[in-house]
Amino acid sequence: MDRVSLRATARIVADADGGLPVLVSDGPLALRRTRAAGPYTRVTVVGAMSAPLGGDRLAIETEVRDGARLLVDSAAATLALPGRSAEPAAYDVRITVGAEGVLRWLPEQLVSVHGSDLRMRTVVELAPTARLVLREEQILGRHGEPPGTLITRLTVRRAGSPLLDQELAFGPGAPGGWDGGAVLGGHGATGQLLLVDPEFAEKPVEARLLGENAAVTPLAGPAALVTAVAPDALAVRRLLDTALSRLAPVRPF
Amino acid sequence: MTSRAALLVLADGRFPAGGHAHSGGAEAAVKAGRITDAASLAAFCRGRLHTTGLTSAALAAAAALGHDPCALDEAADARTPSPALRAAARKLGRQMMRAARATWPCPELDALAAAFPRGAHQPVVLGVAARAAGLGPEDAAHCVAYETVSGPATATVRLLSLDPFQATAVLARLAPAMDLVAGEAAAAARQGIDALPAASAPLLDITAEQHASWPVRLFAS
Repeated sequence: MDRVSLRATARIVADADGGLPVLVSDGPLALRRTRAAGPYTRVTVVGAMSAPLGGDRLAIETEVRDGARLLVDSAAATLALPGRSAEPAAYDVRITVGAEGVLRWLPEQLVSVHGSDLRMRTVVELAPTARLVLREEQILGRHGEPPGTLITRLTVRRAGSPLLDQELAFGPGAPGGWDGGAVLGGHGATGQLLLVDPEFAEKPVEARLLGENAAVTPLAGPAALVTAVAPDALAVRRLLDTALSRLAPVRPF
Repeated sequence: MTSRAALLVLADGRFPAGGHAHSGGAEAAVKAGRITDAASLAAFCRGRLHTTGLTSAALAAAAALGHDPCALDEAADARTPSPALRAAARKLGRQMMRAARATWPCPELDALAAAFPRGAHQPVVLGVAARAAGLGPEDAAHCVAYETVSGPATATVRLLSLDPFQATAVLARLAPAMDLVAGEAAAAARQGIDALPAASAPLLDITAEQHASWPVRLFAS
């Protein structure tokens, strides 16, 4: 942990022919082309385990060009760790998906380690005919430890209009009441699974409960969001996996 | 200098805009055992204030400043993933519109009513109503911040037979936080629609869907 804070921007560009004209690792963000999953070109983030630390500014930029099909996953959970800097760490994810493009963005969980302070920002721009499956999971502390401060914002625009915009704030640096009955109610993990598909304009996903602690909700646009809270990392993943296999199994497009 | 008395009229719980029929998620939280007393009510209200309260207050402040209400309604939709909460917000918006047009008739309210016959999101309507009443963005944000916590507190008195003095004490202790949230909301609104906050609360979204599925309930949301 004894290092100065760093800036790193990794970049992915996916083409319709399955190629990756740009695949640039940077600092702790190491990208590998891995074995394809169905019709998808696949990129795995292999090296984010030791970051982000306080003061780090990390970013991943992903461009899914017209007609491309890309799956991005990661080899391990991302641990937000305390750094020597008093500055919070920043982790920016910027995604664009072009016409008829498909992106499955399925990274491993984000763990907010005690004493850490991370601002995560995900901005997605979708063409009107783009499709997206995007999962985010926030785990409040390693086993048995209180969380650091974690503020995550997810902004998705489709055809230039807002589709989903939400910010979650947890931990000692968050405004009060985050562990109260309106926000997390004492749960140690939460997650979101977003599905965007122009077909939902004709056939919207029905609102549905997934047990006591999760719900599938159709958004105002052609999209659905699964929101889950759970006692721990394993339980929240189980809820989102159930939703993923029901709502968005890997299928040939 | 805006009219303090007009603010009291708009913020009054007896303003006939239908808010009393909604618990702000408190009914579901009481049933789930997450609100059991004054302390857990306070934690609930504080969390709601800093999430959906801030987001809604900023939408109202932006509307009071005269930002495009159609763009604000779209921003409100994107910040409300739960269809049950979108429906409740539009129903409350429709009721607020009826009361506001009778109270402070003006072309801006007429235009908004015409653009959204089934109701715009309530904070947007409240912001335009505040503007029609000669109030400013801080006033509109204060109204929303206050009703974000007064709704659940009043509902909990009915649901749990909580001592009304204790419920009011919870609100009074939240007053400094309400002032902060209203100030933050108005400051964000001044920077434009792209700067509006989007603070959200997972449990409010999940339990709103559960609550909407109950066959019998005391409150509409």
